[in-house]
Amino acid sequence: MMAKGVLVDLTRCIGCRGCQVACKQWNERKGLVTSFHGDFTSPVKLNSDTYTRIRFVESDEEKGPVWSFVKEQCMHCQSPACVSACPVGALNKAENGPVTYDFDKCIGCRYCMVACPFDIPKYEWNSWAPWVRKCSFCSERITDGMEPACVKTCPTKAMFYGDRDKVVDEAKRRIADAPDRYVNHIYGLDEVGGTSWMYISGVSFESLGFKMGLPTEKLPDYTWAPLSTIPFKVAGFFALLGGVAYLRNRGTQEDNVKEDKR
Amino acid sequence: MSMQTQNKQPFLSAGTLLLLLVVGLFAVVAIYRLIFGIGATTNLTDDVPWGLWVAADIMVGVALAAGGFTIAATVYILNLQQYKSLARPAVLTAFVGYVIVALGVFFDVGKPFSLWHPIFMWQPHSIMFEVVWCVVIYTTVLALEFAPSFLEGIGKESLAKAMRAKSVVIPLVIMAVTLSFLHQSSLGALFLLMKGKLSHLWWSTMLPYNFFLSAVAVGLAMTSFETIVAGRIFRHPVSMKILQGLARGTALALACYAVVRLGDIIVKGNLGLAFAGTRGSMLFLLEIGLGVLLPMVMLFVLSKGGKRDENSILFAQMLVIGGVILNRVDIVYLSQKVEGVTYTPSWMEFALTAGLVAIILVLFRAAMLYLPILKHAELE
Repeated sequence: MMAKGVLVDLTRCIGCRGCQVACKQWNERKGLVTSFHGDFTSPVKLNSDTYTRIRFVESDEEKGPVWSFVKEQCMHCQSPACVSACPVGALNKAENGPVTYDFDKCIGCRYCMVACPFDIPKYEWNSWAPWVRKCSFCSERITDGMEPACVKTCPTKAMFYGDRDKVVDEAKRRIADAPDRYVNHIYGLDEVGGTSWMYISGVSFESLGFKMGLPTEKLPDYTWAPLSTIPFKVAGFFALLGGVAYLRNRGTQEDNVKEDKR
Repeated sequence: MSMQTQNKQPFLSAGTLLLLLVVGLFAVVAIYRLIFGIGATTNLTDDVPWGLWVAADIMVGVALAAGGFTIAATVYILNLQQYKSLARPAVLTAFVGYVIVALGVFFDVGKPFSLWHPIFMWQPHSIMFEVVWCVVIYTTVLALEFAPSFLEGIGKESLAKAMRAKSVVIPLVIMAVTLSFLHQSSLGALFLLMKGKLSHLWWSTMLPYNFFLSAVAVGLAMTSFETIVAGRIFRHPVSMKILQGLARGTALALACYAVVRLGDIIVKGNLGLAFAGTRGSMLFLLEIGLGVLLPMVMLFVLSKGGKRDENSILFAQMLVIGGVILNRVDIVYLSQKVEGVTYTPSWMEFALTAGLVAIILVLFRAAMLYLPILKHAELE
């Protein structure tokens, strides 16, 4: 199956939070009691019961103040740092796009949380046997030919779902068709080597609080460099240390005599 | 002189009783953690998933145990026999240290009873997977390196002699150095994925080498610290020549570390970050100034000259140890600042860490008193 992707067109989102509700329903996550804390974003952070949320951002633009609604969820990186980080292969990048999690393998080292460039994986801190929790791109749904629950429920079609190549083409087409409506950047096209979820926006991604300045390299390449050279390092160390040990111990007695005479 | 110290002390001293008290508290906290889970025990959150336990029990623990391979390499590979008296204490420290690191990992992972998974569920693209395997194999190698002391202690002299043979020890030490290089550097490589999250005062593609070089330095510093302190506790005078040799070694390792780490920061044009006046820049200056440069100069000076200045050497080596501890804690959580997030370890986190240290000290004391660990020094 082709790798799937989603384009979130932030100019189309009206902040209804239907996606938040659909996500909770499909994934059977419990609702949380929250309280007002100064803006309409709720809850304050993603957590082990909330895989997606809408962040409400007010920004001052040339044309005046703008209210933006930013959907947050796992970006499903093309080369996920979390998948490379996991020592037991509990996280996997499926061929059709989703980064999925297997609780039975997980040992709870939490390296995935440290490694994720978007700080997405959350932990069930209150559990005796905690899961790592995050958006699964509705892996079962899309494998069965359906759209993710959040995409399906969106009343303004703010999310465009399809093969990733087609999603990228669509993003480029929308920006080209209305260059004054969008900033000229597809967030997620190149960030950390590309992500399955991508965004286009009418205001700068920086003012919307997106992580800026992320490397465009695939993060796992940084760790694969030392890992892939291990055989050579082992061979080098064995040869070097063996050689030095031979030269330095040549002609000396077996063990220290002093020691044997106690 | 007989095999053990002629001035043999009873196992229980006032200090040992205090340590056992700390171990008792540890046991209570450990049981609480196993019953109620990691969230109930620690102040960790989604914003700070790695805290005191990862920093102290694992990162610092492994670094401070590095004396095991540096001294073994000095004595058995370089064949510098004047340091032979250090070999057994250093191997003992490393062996006990790694066993306790493993115990620390057991309590830190969210699912302790799944800790065996990496042995069967392979994921060779993970640095963490490599670290686990290196530590498992190296702890086995340390057990074999430690075997002669133990076998002599229980009177199995012929077996001990076989385990002391150069044809056995030298291959073991070669494995020890190789495995140590791999996992000491890999503990640094873990953070390569954090590009953009970690300040460039710490993040660099040189991280693996910074970790290895600082481990070599702190391994020698710990050996020196231990030799002096154990010498006082077990009334066992220490040769100044050995301490000066260790001081020279530590200073050299620190110099290499300083050149690689600072050179890298300067070449990449990040030195300005050190003087930005932020919390990160303060921590960095503290780490480098007090933990690297000052002790490096002190130890170079102290390693020369005939004056017997054990206290100054002790002080300088303690600065090195403090510097590496700060470095590991900085990288794991202290230098990272997430807006609106503060993390102070819970009392139970501190208690468990203190308990692990106390267990190490108690086991070390038992081995020093009942096994022929200091024997070599006495014969010199």
